[in-house]
Amino acid sequence: MLADGSQPLRGGAEPSPARPEAKIFHHSFAATPFAVRTALRTALARFLRQLSPDEAGTLELVLAEVLNNIVEHGYSETEHGTITLSLVRDHRGLSCSISDDGVELPPACLARSIDKTQRPEPQALPEGGFGWFLIHDLVEDLGYHRANGRNLLAFRMPVACPPVA
Amino acid sequence: MNLYAEARAGALIVTVDEERLDAAIAIRFKDRMREVTMQPSQRVLLDLSRVGFLDSSGLGAVVAVMKSLSPERSLELVGLTPNVERVFRLTRMDSVFTLHPDVDAALRKGMRHAG
Repeated sequence: MLADGSQPLRGGAEPSPARPEAKIFHHSFAATPFAVRTALRTALARFLRQLSPDEAGTLELVLAEVLNNIVEHGYSETEHGTITLSLVRDHRGLSCSISDDGVELPPACLARSIDKTQRPEPQALPEGGFGWFLIHDLVEDLGYHRANGRNLLAFRMPVACPPVA
Repeated sequence: MNLYAEARAGALIVTVDEERLDAAIAIRFKDRMREVTMQPSQRVLLDLSRVGFLDSSGLGAVVAVMKSLSPERSLELVGLTPNVERVFRLTRMDSVFTLHPDVDAALRKGMRHAG
């Protein structure tokens, strides 16, 4: 499902001189690594003009970490399941929410200030365990809610420039 | 998984011809690296200049390849694009790899070590 809050109503008397900037992205997709790729590409394309290259790269990294965690751990790589990604652009930045019907997120992933001693040590040549540290480092206002077997993760991505009116 | 290997000036240059090195191809990347590094060479230069996006799964795969080659052989990284460099920097994994801006610079460095 795709919804774009920026589309002008058809048949409206008002001509739109310039295409208004997208404000909402909403997309549900299968919990597979390739569907995640497609969702990331579509989401990034929607907001690309409102983000600096650095902000776009950071947003894509954070979303990739969250979504691939759901594919890998939430649904245990069964590829049976759906993920819903919503992004809303407002005057403060980008508000992101992700929901799925997979297993509950372990509380350790969410600890407000995640235990720094658990951070992978470069000299130990870790092959994983980076994901949640990257997420905590890069997002603001991370919150999680589980109800009726459904996970909802929400956070904000700081974006410097205000949206173009 | 598009990956090419070429022996040059005593090094094996492996070029990743993919826009993304992510969770979707991390396992295939490791498998292909195992195949192409059968070719003996002390230095393996991994050219990532065509890779515009890397996530933590891609990073983990690069680390796994480095570990599979060590200690006899080195894995050095070439041409990190800004999005790829960011992941190495945020995880501080840039501290455990030798990084080169491009293949020529990497090969020159090798020559200097040899001389």
